[in-house]
Amino acid sequence: MNWEAFWLTVRLAAIVSTLLIAIGIPIAYWLTYSRWRWKFLLEAAVALPIVLPPTVLGFYVLVALGSRSPLGRWWESLTGHTLAFTFEGLVIGSLLYSLPFAVQPFAASFGAVDSSLLRASASLGHSPLQTFRRIVLPLSKAGLVTGFALSFAHTLGEFGVVLMVGGNIPGVTRTISIDIYDQVQTANYSSANQTALVLLIISFLVLSIVYGANRRPWAVGPWR
Amino acid sequence: MTTTTTQPISADVEVRIRKRFPNPEGSFNLNVHFRALAGFTILFGASGAGKTTLLDCIAGLTDPDEGRIAVGGDDLYDSEKKRNVAAWKRRIGYVHQNLALFPHLTAEQNVAYGLRTLSAAERQTRSREMFEAFRIEHLRDRRPAQISGGERQRVALARALVTEPRALLLDEPLAALDRPTKSSLVGDLRRWNQHHRVPILFVTHNGEEVFALGDEVIVLDAGIIVAQGQPHEVMRSPRLETVAHLSGFENIFDATVLALHEARGTMACRLGNGEVELETPLVRAEVGSHLRVGVRAGDLLLATESPRGLSARNVLPGTIRRLEQRDVIVSAMVDCGGTEFEVHLTPAARDALQLGLGKAVWVVVKTHSCHLMGM
Repeated sequence: MNWEAFWLTVRLAAIVSTLLIAIGIPIAYWLTYSRWRWKFLLEAAVALPIVLPPTVLGFYVLVALGSRSPLGRWWESLTGHTLAFTFEGLVIGSLLYSLPFAVQPFAASFGAVDSSLLRASASLGHSPLQTFRRIVLPLSKAGLVTGFALSFAHTLGEFGVVLMVGGNIPGVTRTISIDIYDQVQTANYSSANQTALVLLIISFLVLSIVYGANRRPWAVGPWR
Repeated sequence: MTTTTTQPISADVEVRIRKRFPNPEGSFNLNVHFRALAGFTILFGASGAGKTTLLDCIAGLTDPDEGRIAVGGDDLYDSEKKRNVAAWKRRIGYVHQNLALFPHLTAEQNVAYGLRTLSAAERQTRSREMFEAFRIEHLRDRRPAQISGGERQRVALARALVTEPRALLLDEPLAALDRPTKSSLVGDLRRWNQHHRVPILFVTHNGEEVFALGDEVIVLDAGIIVAQGQPHEVMRSPRLETVAHLSGFENIFDATVLALHEARGTMACRLGNGEVELETPLVRAEVGSHLRVGVRAGDLLLATESPRGLSARNVLPGTIRRLEQRDVIVSAMVDCGGTEFEVHLTPAARDALQLGLGKAVWVVVKTHSCHLMGM
């Protein structure tokens, strides 16, 4: 069991899923309430990482982070080194990779809030943003937990994007799934088995949290 | 447009709007123009008549296609001036049909919700006063799911009123309540409005509520105001068939004026193409003109022998064609020379008279039970 890779992966997943709460909520808000006719294009873009091969996503992220892209140059001028093959680069790649797993549960739970509550809130003098904070967010707790947990679990197990963007640098970008791959490559099956089992148990626990949180989403609602 | 801004208190709602909106039978135009003063104004009409759409426009939850909405002389919407005040800045109380209590907040938090701008202490004082006025103090710490239907209605009303709105919109707030609960809630609402004197627009499709509440009634049909006035004028002698149907006239007949008896204040009408003649109250009409006559099924009497010594002027022989019991009312269809009357009676009366299909009966119609309407 490679604890260095394990803790690196957990740290990555925790950072990514926390950032995705901050990034995902505004995106989900916009996707839920916007009446823009081309909204579906953004919906499709957000969902892309679900269907795209991780290597494809990873390739584009690598290009975008490299020193030939504006982003890569800007980062280089700021820090003196490139984003590719660093932990920060890994975070950016994982944010994109796990985005739909946060945004979609968020948007679904925002959309499930009874619209008459929003209308009542407006008639009681609350702006749309105040209504969102005081009515929509508290009633979307289950969706927020789901989005956080799913993006956490999804980041935990990523392989392709990490390999493309981060390479395989111990202590910097070697995550747990790459570690398992390495161990299998060197025929170290018992160690691979151990690590795989840990990943399996964690994933199961996270999904249990998701389904537990969604068990009675309307337990306090009057519409049962 | 004249307004009453010269008076110190000009609590009124002025609406002149047009809006195209979809309903199950396609789309049609809401096209209304009215002014509601302080007190109860009932919006009466069948479902789909546009009542809720109208309230939504006033509250700012949906935009009219064009027109003007003003409360107390203050423009909230004016398509000419391109003015459209956001719903949350309008200060109009709105109680929705499903009440829309916030499920994650206690009753007290629900009621205090609209007092955002006040200090915590003031919020508490104001909402406690409201809890007292609506007799729901015992519910303060409960969530909506733990509160019974009638009490939930009180919480929703208290929540809207505590903000001291400039006007109040109520979308069938009593629909689900039994009669005693209804009347006590209405009492509390009236008491509140004696102090505040705001216009209350009250949507219902229940004719009884119109009489119980209304200072003024506006009848909507397919998006258009078809009648307006005091409930007794509009509902008791409905001059329009839509109003008649809504206010419960089971019998509506085409009639031809046969003769005018000016001295007696009555006139004779023939119903439909049949041979039945009715004596009705006199209205401004010419002999030979066509009218409609509405009669409530509950205003008719049945006799099994030809009655004598009655004050009622119309005694019509007929035969029972159908007899059915609905709830505690027995509905009898009686064929009187080609014209069918629906008569309502109690099951006890049916049994006492031993009514049955084919039985010969006499239908008794008082002159003043006949309501004349225009075509």
